[in-house]
Amino acid sequence: MWEYSEKVKELFFDPKNAKAVADANAVGDVGSISCGDALRLTLKVNPETEVIEDAGFQTFGCGSAIASSSALTELIKGKTLDQALKVTNQDIADYLDGLPPEKMHCSVMGQEALQAAVANYRGEEWRDDHEEGALVCKCFAVDAVLIEQTIRANNLETVEQVSHYTKAGGSCAACHEGIEEILGKVLAEKGQSVSVADSAEPGATGNRALIQRVQTILKVFDDVRPQLKADGGDIELVEVREEKVFVRLEGACSGCQMAGATLGWVQQRLTETLGEFIRLIPVNGDNQPLGGRA
Amino acid sequence: MQQQTTVNAPDGIYLDNNATTRVAPAVVQAMLPYFTELFGNPSSMHSFASGVGKAVQQAREQVQALLGAAYDTEIIFTSCGTEADSTAILSALRANPDRNEIITTAVEHPAILALCEQLEKEGYKVHRLPVDGQGRLDLDAYASLLSPRIAVVSVMWANNETGTLFPVEEMARMAHEAGVLFHTDAVQAAGKVAIDLKRSAIDMLSLSGHKLHGPKGIGVLYLRRGTRFRPLLRGGHQERGRRAGTENTAAIAGLGKAAELALKNLQADGARMAALRDRLEAGVLAAVPHAFVTGDPANRLPNTANIAFEYVEGEAILMLLNRAGIAASSGSACTSGSLEPSHVMRAMSIPDTAAHGSTRFSLSRETTAEEIERVIAAVPPIIARLRELSPYWSEGAPVADPQQAFAPVYA
Repeated sequence: MWEYSEKVKELFFDPKNAKAVADANAVGDVGSISCGDALRLTLKVNPETEVIEDAGFQTFGCGSAIASSSALTELIKGKTLDQALKVTNQDIADYLDGLPPEKMHCSVMGQEALQAAVANYRGEEWRDDHEEGALVCKCFAVDAVLIEQTIRANNLETVEQVSHYTKAGGSCAACHEGIEEILGKVLAEKGQSVSVADSAEPGATGNRALIQRVQTILKVFDDVRPQLKADGGDIELVEVREEKVFVRLEGACSGCQMAGATLGWVQQRLTETLGEFIRLIPVNGDNQPLGGRA
Repeated sequence: MQQQTTVNAPDGIYLDNNATTRVAPAVVQAMLPYFTELFGNPSSMHSFASGVGKAVQQAREQVQALLGAAYDTEIIFTSCGTEADSTAILSALRANPDRNEIITTAVEHPAILALCEQLEKEGYKVHRLPVDGQGRLDLDAYASLLSPRIAVVSVMWANNETGTLFPVEEMARMAHEAGVLFHTDAVQAAGKVAIDLKRSAIDMLSLSGHKLHGPKGIGVLYLRRGTRFRPLLRGGHQERGRRAGTENTAAIAGLGKAAELALKNLQADGARMAALRDRLEAGVLAAVPHAFVTGDPANRLPNTANIAFEYVEGEAILMLLNRAGIAASSGSACTSGSLEPSHVMRAMSIPDTAAHGSTRFSLSRETTAEEIERVIAAVPPIIARLRELSPYWSEGAPVADPQQAFAPVYA
């Protein structure tokens, strides 16, 4: 059973603005009955000020779809169209004190209905580019379509890479079988198969994983370098040993009071990008760890 | 001081008995000694174990009686219905390595369908028999698929969503004539319809304890004597080496008692539930327009009513029913976490306008006439209210041509 927040239940059992605005001058329709979710948003927009004076929703859908629709109308009433367009699906989810990952698409539907209604008011054509697949990673709410698109766009070959690019599978790992399946499908088109080599094992695939890892680390260094250079410093990779990344800080960074803070910041970036815990260790000119601990 | 955990049972009307049932008080009583005094391992050679083995044996005979099996040794205790299903199908494949095809149906439980999908990826060929609008199979199509390439046929006895019964006894005979093994998932049927395996050609059958007022975590695989078999779990000699792992003695004793109670009351409970179920359907359909019963009304379990409400979504129905103190379930996409509505509704070609609103009320022998009347009174305003919210509904009726009237950019 879904554990809905009190706010979701409140707006489902007692929805606000559940109506078709009688003298609406903007209508946004999204979803369809075959998807199991459909939302019509009707707005009364002041032609002078572009302020949304009234908003109503009609929704065919589950509890969280109805609550998300109601939340949307509450969020946008009184805003100008431009202000309203800044409302994201995350704002809708936040208004509801969160939604289960499987239900985040309900908040996306709300955002899209708004875009469609604004386009309708302005006489533009609104096109949906949002395609949704079966939910694969429940920890981070990543669906199959996004995973497949990311694999194709970046020529990914391992589950680990998919986790780095999409976060899918980066937490509980229960969906690794599902990710491997999508990888397998894409790789099969190229006549390849999924590499399941453990990076701890020596061998060609193990080396490849290491090379990819080092490349990722260097990419992060490239990203942070401008900021270090602005302070007259630089960073250089010395060695990678499991979770330990040994670096040499140069120029103003070396021995700088702020070195600790800088290291912490870069370490955080590395940990996020690689999706694993990284310990950044500064070494001196003789490649000996500073501070005597490694 | 002994810690006492008190849990308040939710009040309300429980009509979700195809999901699980309340454990009967007599079943709980039958189980309790095996947690305390009689905790011994039935395999041990001391007095702590004596009596425990006898309890397992007694339960085996009680299940044998419920199923009408010829021999008690045909009953193998497993951890659940799903394990029984997996054991049956994987055993058939391993025991017949020269056969690499399976026949099943499009409306099986995921315990069968997800396994078959996996087997397909491993190179097996799976034939899924389609169903018609009322969930019925075409036996001529089935006959034409039977061949020496088929390792096993697996067809459910009763559908969990609609209650529709499949003619498994006849299908098993047909399989036998073609020299093909036949398995049936009888998780929903066992304890609700009369089963007499010794007079059937069924080789393997799965059941689950918690669907018949027994405990969760216990199932049975019936394996006809002489059927070629390969265990799923190897290890100790439990269940004559056919299912290794220390026996869940308390749950086995409970299942035995539950089987005994189900058999004793089978006819009377069935007739009573069917009458209540018919009253529920008639009462709801009389008050709610644009709703219909799914499945095959002429041939189904006595306890299951599946009503499709058009232009409303099932999860929303369940939430409002729950607030009214009524527990039911739905084939809606939203209740499962997938984006697809129930595969059973799709297989029956139920239109999307109704499939998302399909709602299952499953009764038990505990259901009362008074409860059914309360449900009949509660449902119509809930459906009306959700339809008022829907863009597909206007002034008490569906909008003319809903797909046209509501025209999103994408559909």
